Amino acid sequence: MIRAEAISKSFGKLNVLREISVQLEAGRVVAVIGPNGSGKTTFIKTLLGMVVPDRGRVLFTNQAITKQHTYRSQIGYMPQIGHYPANLKIKQLFEMMIDIRNDATMQLDEDLVAAFQLKALFEKPLGTLSGGTKQKVSAALAFLFNPSVLILDEPTAGLDPLSSEVLKDKIQKESQKGKLILITSHVMSDLDELATDVLYLQDGSVQFYKTIAELKLETGESKLGRVIAQLMSKIPQMS
Amino acid sequence: MNKITKYVLYDIIRNRFVMGYTLLLLAISMSFFSFESDPNKGLLSLLNIILMVVPLVSIIFSTIHFYNSYEFIELMSAQPLSRKAIFLSEYMGVATSLSLAFLVGVGLPTLAFGGGESSLILIMSGFLLTLSFVSLAFLASVITRDKAKGIGLALVIWFYFSLVYDGLVLSILFSFNDYPLEKAMLVLTALNPTDLARIMVLMKMDISALMGFTGAVFQDFFSTNYGLLVAMFILMSWVVLPITIACRIFQRKDL
Repeated sequence: MIRAEAISKSFGKLNVLREISVQLEAGRVVAVIGPNGSGKTTFIKTLLGMVVPDRGRVLFTNQAITKQHTYRSQIGYMPQIGHYPANLKIKQLFEMMIDIRNDATMQLDEDLVAAFQLKALFEKPLGTLSGGTKQKVSAALAFLFNPSVLILDEPTAGLDPLSSEVLKDKIQKESQKGKLILITSHVMSDLDELATDVLYLQDGSVQFYKTIAELKLETGESKLGRVIAQLMSKIPQMS
Repeated sequence: MNKITKYVLYDIIRNRFVMGYTLLLLAISMSFFSFESDPNKGLLSLLNIILMVVPLVSIIFSTIHFYNSYEFIELMSAQPLSRKAIFLSEYMGVATSLSLAFLVGVGLPTLAFGGGESSLILIMSGFLLTLSFVSLAFLASVITRDKAKGIGLALVIWFYFSLVYDGLVLSILFSFNDYPLEKAMLVLTALNPTDLARIMVLMKMDISALMGFTGAVFQDFFSTNYGLLVAMFILMSWVVLPITIACRIFQRKDL
């Protein structure tokens, strides 16, 4: 579904991505993990066209995404921190998004809007919302248009346990529909429940990209947290 | 494109700062027109204030707004929208709201109390000045990712056009006063949007006699409709050029 072909990116002298080549298939839930500053967010931003790689290219359903924007109608993106115009009401933000992606045939997926009871807050300005509520808004927006790819940057950070479960159930439900889901997170237990594959980045390069079953078999551990800890200790630290 | 503009505008209009700016302009205009018995004098005092306040507020507010909207712009660029559409919608939103503030704060009172051609020129040039400094602000914002640097750059631009430039022009005049500089002065004026706005209004007010010999050349040029059109056109390029360059940079920028 998405293919990265040897993408490299540097900011000044810092090589953030080095020759990353991966193939992300529909129906998979890929956990993108790695230490802080390993290039996870830059990698995700490259897929979304927010960061333009110095070398290499990204293909979305076999089309290069360079200078394209229509392919993004098939992607739902949930940013790490949602900062919205402070004086806009939640309702207006939703109206705007629907306006932008207007497509008469589209069926809106309002599961999360209902589950997070956002309708009750619709008249509130976004500037007055708590961090967790903003996170709920971001999540509801990412799923709203039934995209075939979901990119979730730290989705459960800042959510209360109940909402976090709601979101995880939703992610599972969508992945069963054959969507490609990319998650970055530092919460290994969440990823253990959700992910089918692990893409491990360190210092901008792919250390390994394997299914969770494979990894567990290789290391003999039963929990993803332990698996990653064991593998991390074997990888030579570059910095 | 106007899908986003509508909501950006909606957000800014309810911003306290913009409301305060409108009220400030309104208070200044009203006081000048009620203290001065001669509306032309009121217009002149108003002009001097506008030339300082309007560029300053436009450039600083727009720069801060751009940096504060950064995450929002990021989210927009994850939607099926082109970079250009996102950037220009933001510009339209900010420019429209600040222009509205100016038109309500200065335009209405000037039309009510001043009247005449020079009032119209004042409103027109103030409006274009707003647009051009919002343009310059967007240019400053895309040049650097750092908010403090961006605001610093915006302030430098304002300082340069409002204070430093006139000093430079004066020193050129003094150093080369043996030469005929009138034509050169015309060109130098065109290179600064604030000066351009000032000259356009002054020439309509028939006080060029106060400006010595250069004033006479200016009068010859700017008081004709042709000269006014040219000045208007140059001022418009001060709107279009910075935002075009900024848009180019933004399209290639990493967010």
